[in-house]
Amino acid sequence: MSGLKTLRIRINSVKSTQKITKAMKMVAASKLRKAEERAEAARPYAERMDAMLKEVANSMAGRGEGPKTLVGTGSDKTHLLVVTTSDRGLCGAFNAGIVRATKGRIGALQEDGKTVKLFCLGRKSLDALRRDHEDLIIDRETELDKGGFGFPKALDIAQRITNFFEEGAFDVCSILYNHFKSVISQEVRVHQLVPFAAPSEPETDGSKPAAEAIYEFEPDEAEILDELVPRNLAVQIYHSLLESLASEQAARMTAMDNATRNAGEMIDDLTLLYNRTRQAAITKELIEIVSGAEAL
Amino acid sequence: MTDAATKVTFELATPDRLWLSVEADMVVVPGREGDFGVLPGHAPLISSIRPGVIDVHQGDQISDRIFVADGFADVVNSRCTVLTGEAMHLSDVDRSAAEKRLKDAEQALAQAADDAKAHAESAVAVAEALVAALR
Repeated sequence: MSGLKTLRIRINSVKSTQKITKAMKMVAASKLRKAEERAEAARPYAERMDAMLKEVANSMAGRGEGPKTLVGTGSDKTHLLVVTTSDRGLCGAFNAGIVRATKGRIGALQEDGKTVKLFCLGRKSLDALRRDHEDLIIDRETELDKGGFGFPKALDIAQRITNFFEEGAFDVCSILYNHFKSVISQEVRVHQLVPFAAPSEPETDGSKPAAEAIYEFEPDEAEILDELVPRNLAVQIYHSLLESLASEQAARMTAMDNATRNAGEMIDDLTLLYNRTRQAAITKELIEIVSGAEAL
Repeated sequence: MTDAATKVTFELATPDRLWLSVEADMVVVPGREGDFGVLPGHAPLISSIRPGVIDVHQGDQISDRIFVADGFADVVNSRCTVLTGEAMHLSDVDRSAAEKRLKDAEQALAQAADDAKAHAESAVAVAEALVAALR
């Protein structure tokens, strides 16, 4: 009989776990919708900023000048990796993927004789990387989602990165984040922030369509670029963080959906086993009674 | 070119959303080196923006008055795109709130460390422009 009791306890415990995972899945689903909307809403600004930057950079091209964050220091000895993860776990391979990619990159860069530094966003990256690379972490930021993540936060992070750059702490900066491909698939992406790698079009001297407007600049290209480039850095970071937040919720939703399904299977198996055991006990009792009566 | 020649497509985007997108007859933008009006067929121009008010004109009327803190304007092919970090309808801003913001900004500037001074100064400039715009 004790076997029956333990089975009953296990079934109940799996059932309550299933309730939790189901609730988490639903919470993640509603947060995902919000995160997706936010990422969608942020797109126009980023797109237009991109177009404008391209225009100004085109006009500056060939003069070989511009803010350092755009053209770089001319060296690539020290790399800063901005690692974007979540604060909380239970979201499948979301954080593990980023951490693996980061470690791979650190290894590759160090093999090439480069110095690597880390800027950790999200508690999970901090926890995972602290073990092996404590000395490389130069800055951190957690609780990104707390109180509603907004552009000012991205601006703040961009400012800190710019300060590091001006101190000469690094030459090249890239951000690693989860790109939101779809609800069931996220992909680790690396995007170079400094020097800014604008998607450059192939040079087609003279054959450029005449429709391309010749812009006037006010005050002038250099001054606009000085303002535009730091802002663009913040926009890029903001964009990556929004992608990452949406991916986190999507990953959590999928993970919790799987967990709920697994719990369901486990409950079915346990219930079957429970019924069998109970039936076996009843049959055994019956045999005992019958054989007892026969013996009389 | 029938429609594009008579109206200006005005778009205002903040980092978190497309704030406003309208067809207008004229848009007056506070450029770094002075206000400029954008009419259909304006020459291509990229300008940075000082804190001030964007006026959207429909016919003889001003349909929207929007305060912007900073940003850039991009004018091409009768389109005027403004990217800004902060935008608000002037009618939504309370005078006393604006004055409080200026006071707070000035206080922050007085206490700011050397490396944060530039940031605090621009915050004061934005608040001053906001108060001036409400006058």
